[in-house]
Amino acid sequence: MLATGTQAPDFELNSTPDQKLKLSDLLGKKVILAFYPADWSPVCSDEMALFNETLKLFSKHNAQLLGISVDSKWSHLAFSQNRKFHFPLLSDFEPKGEVAKRYGVYDEKEGEAQRALFVLDEKGMIAWDYLSPTGINPGADGILDALEKLDKH
Amino acid sequence: MSTQLKTAVTNQDHIQGKNNAPIKLVEYGDYQCSYCGEAYSVIKAVQQTLGNDLELVFRNFPLSEVHPDAENAAKAAEAAALQNKFWEMHDMLYENQQQLDEENLISFAKKIGLDVNQFKSDMQSSAVSDKVESDFESGARSGVNGTPSFFVNGEKYDGNWQDEEDFTQYLKSQLQ
Repeated sequence: MLATGTQAPDFELNSTPDQKLKLSDLLGKKVILAFYPADWSPVCSDEMALFNETLKLFSKHNAQLLGISVDSKWSHLAFSQNRKFHFPLLSDFEPKGEVAKRYGVYDEKEGEAQRALFVLDEKGMIAWDYLSPTGINPGADGILDALEKLDKH
Repeated sequence: MSTQLKTAVTNQDHIQGKNNAPIKLVEYGDYQCSYCGEAYSVIKAVQQTLGNDLELVFRNFPLSEVHPDAENAAKAAEAAALQNKFWEMHDMLYENQQQLDEENLISFAKKIGLDVNQFKSDMQSSAVSDKVESDFESGARSGVNGTPSFFVNGEKYDGNWQDEEDFTQYLKSQLQ
């Protein structure tokens, strides 16, 4: 897993079936990268549903949330519409899990991303990272503490 | 990931039971969440058993995108609190979880004897929405990751609450 203090590797992934999102386009904002194993699985839905509700708290810190899994852009579209998400889900689909691998949070055995969180500062530097046990929804408190700490600097 | 309640209980909270009882149970709940409905009956029973040893605090954690009526229901309880009837509304909401649209909220207000015009205007007030929001934020900061979430004497409780006996046993163990 990439450590705090390293520069977050840039990537470009589909955020909708016909749009791509490039991490470096978000320089100037804080970014929360939420890697998760799979669309539709119960714990992920709870985690993403929770983050969907805490978006208003993230935005107070000028932070953009990005969800990332190996699911296809079409699965993401359906999942996102079904759960009324107001943040992008990025599709780390082809080559499968490449971005998760670069961040050191790919589970080779399951062929899925691990449940991992990164908070990046406005310059794209990793300011905080956390690897959660796959079955446990980590909550939003670690992210909020990290964002608050960045704002105090 | 946090295991600690970050925002201490104050007189702004809704508290049921004996003040400063040895067991302080804080619940973060959503009136439209079915698990919270289940927890409602479990807690009633636990309160019966523990009596004066238990102080219960309820804080709002509505997941509004998943439960479209949850936020309004939370506001209804907070508006009732301004007429000193928080718990009456809280119970009414959990006992009628399937019917939380606006019309029903108003009929609940009538049933528990609120001044309905005052209730309606309080539902729209920023004081009420600020209270719901600040509860939600305190929960998010404390690591609430779903509803219901419980804190027992300030520590997050991740054990079984669905089994009334197990839960009571755990709470009793705090008395030693």
